[in-house]
Amino acid sequence: MTLLEVRDLHVDFHTRDGIVKAVNGVNYSVDAGETLAVLGESGSGKSVTAQAIMGILDMPPGRIPKGEILFQGEDMLTMSKEQRRKLRGAKIAMIFQDALSSLNPVLSVGYQLGEMFRVHQGLSRKEARAKSIELMDRVNIPAAKDRVRDYPHQFSGGMRQRIMIAMALALEPDLIIADEPTTALDVTVQAQVMELLADLQREFNMGLILITHDLGVVADVADKIAVMYAGRIVETAPVKELYKAPAHPYTRGLLDSIPRLDQKGRELYAIQGLPPNMSRVPEGCAFHPRCPAAQDICRSELPPLAEVGAGRGSACHFWKETLGD
Amino acid sequence: MTEQSEQSRKNGSEGKREPILEVRDLVKHFPLSKGVLLKRQVGAVKAVDGISFDLYPGETLGIVGESGCGKSTVAKLLMNLERPTAGTIKYKGEDITRLSGRALREVRRNIQMVFQDPYTSLNPRMTVGDIIGEPFDIHPEVAPKGDRRRRVQELLDVVGLNPEYINRYPHQFSGGQRQRIGIARGLALRPEIIVADEPVSALDVSVQAQVVNLMEQLQDEFGLSYMFIAHDLSIVRHISDRVGVMYLGKMAEIGTDEQIYEHPTHPYTQALLSAVPVPDPEIREGRERIVLEGDVPSPANPPSGCRFRTRCWKAEARCAEETPLLAVPKVFEAAGTGAAHASACHFAEERAAVVVA
Repeated sequence: MTLLEVRDLHVDFHTRDGIVKAVNGVNYSVDAGETLAVLGESGSGKSVTAQAIMGILDMPPGRIPKGEILFQGEDMLTMSKEQRRKLRGAKIAMIFQDALSSLNPVLSVGYQLGEMFRVHQGLSRKEARAKSIELMDRVNIPAAKDRVRDYPHQFSGGMRQRIMIAMALALEPDLIIADEPTTALDVTVQAQVMELLADLQREFNMGLILITHDLGVVADVADKIAVMYAGRIVETAPVKELYKAPAHPYTRGLLDSIPRLDQKGRELYAIQGLPPNMSRVPEGCAFHPRCPAAQDICRSELPPLAEVGAGRGSACHFWKETLGD
Repeated sequence: MTEQSEQSRKNGSEGKREPILEVRDLVKHFPLSKGVLLKRQVGAVKAVDGISFDLYPGETLGIVGESGCGKSTVAKLLMNLERPTAGTIKYKGEDITRLSGRALREVRRNIQMVFQDPYTSLNPRMTVGDIIGEPFDIHPEVAPKGDRRRRVQELLDVVGLNPEYINRYPHQFSGGQRQRIGIARGLALRPEIIVADEPVSALDVSVQAQVVNLMEQLQDEFGLSYMFIAHDLSIVRHISDRVGVMYLGKMAEIGTDEQIYEHPTHPYTQALLSAVPVPDPEIREGRERIVLEGDVPSPANPPSGCRFRTRCWKAEARCAEETPLLAVPKVFEAAGTGAAHASACHFAEERAAVVVA
């Protein structure tokens, strides 16, 4: 069952230097129990898309001129504010990258966790506290009972991230959006947090949108993947197929630039140039200035996301060649 | 003085594996004090607690470890930005921890640093030319006044930036370009050693490879020795000749890249390697992963004996009583395999299932 479907979503920002088109017609969907990884570099629009889904985009300067976000079949963009507020937290929850700056430093974690129950379910303070302790236990925070009154700064980075996860899970949502949930963490702690997230996802059959730039994390947990570049999806595929045979030169470049054993002592493959400035996105295919296979058509014509196989799409004029090489 | 150091540079690069830097029993404790008026010391953060290693001319020594393990403090100690509590750092046989004034300045010229965050390590009010040329103010013997502009433009060219950008400001550059500026500044005095503390972790994935390639190319060109500190194990493996693994102020294991990645014998290294997500979805089901319990203990109050014992699945009573020394474990001494390298564990052994990035 399709849990969430994003259709032709556009997001603009009105700035002093003109209109920045951060997201330009993004389509993706997630089913219950499924993990979609959205891969991209800074400025690719991956987080802006997530904020639009959550309804936490700053508007203005942001604006959604076009598109639909269907959650369980209903378009969230046409809902009233009140309706959306009820979905947020209860049905769709978000985990942010930096737990320290996402938690309120002057309120105890127990208060912040309990807020979910008080606001959405109308529980009393006492009941909410009991629920908070239960949640903290759930995400493996030792001595939860004693620590429920502690403040965010009294926890380590990994534990803070677990509290964020606890908060997102509090109301057993159907969909979780995790924006770089482990980027700020050490590898051994990252492994703990990802394992916890995967266990809980399985238990509640939640859909998960994982936003990341880490090809390793994606390979570990994702079912399917959408690669974003300059506000568009350039490739989408089931995870194994994408790693085996990428159909877009950008994806291919990213995979090739991972240091591999047999390359030791040799130069790493590097994508030339820099990610584009979003207020001056190149004409035609946005990747063409950095693409080793760019032709004239790439400079003038925007390639559509063409179907290149079962559940696979690539926005490259030369996907056949890329796939076939 | 310049001639002399030029001379010693030559000797260094032709050296028969004489270490250029010898670090012995290095300790750095930061005091923790209590009270406002009458401050008294109540303890110490044992950021670095007795580590030893060598750095050879022209090689890259990678240092990996998680936050709080002391790797950045080691970098600061090598740069003489912090004074060690104990231990020695010998640069070409001379202990630099006791130097001051002119002698210290002379040594510092040869050990330069590249920082992690190219957004905060460049002064936003200085032009690129001033940033890269600033080291010449302190060491005017390297480039006479009239020659500086040309030298800076040369450096820009060397790191792959347009020499015409000399009058631009840092905000006009992207992250990758700024890191190139940081590298150019590090190279300005033609140092022999570059200490790079997480030089690519703040960069976009597609730009990291460019900077890693640049650093390798510069190493070949100028015969530099690198100390490359990072938490990205696959990049460290790519660039390093030898790798040291740190945990809570101590060196857990050190060896060639192959010894560490293919034949790790310290449980922490094994856990660390197994935790790295491998960018290959085909192997995710078959992988055995060691997920450690808990968090890294506080360096203000580290566990007795082996620092890793509180999270180690092999720990026994002996680990709490006796601090394991960093040495080649006896069982592997004669083996002649990759396992024969220094590892600070009482129960060092190879583990077959560690999949490597």
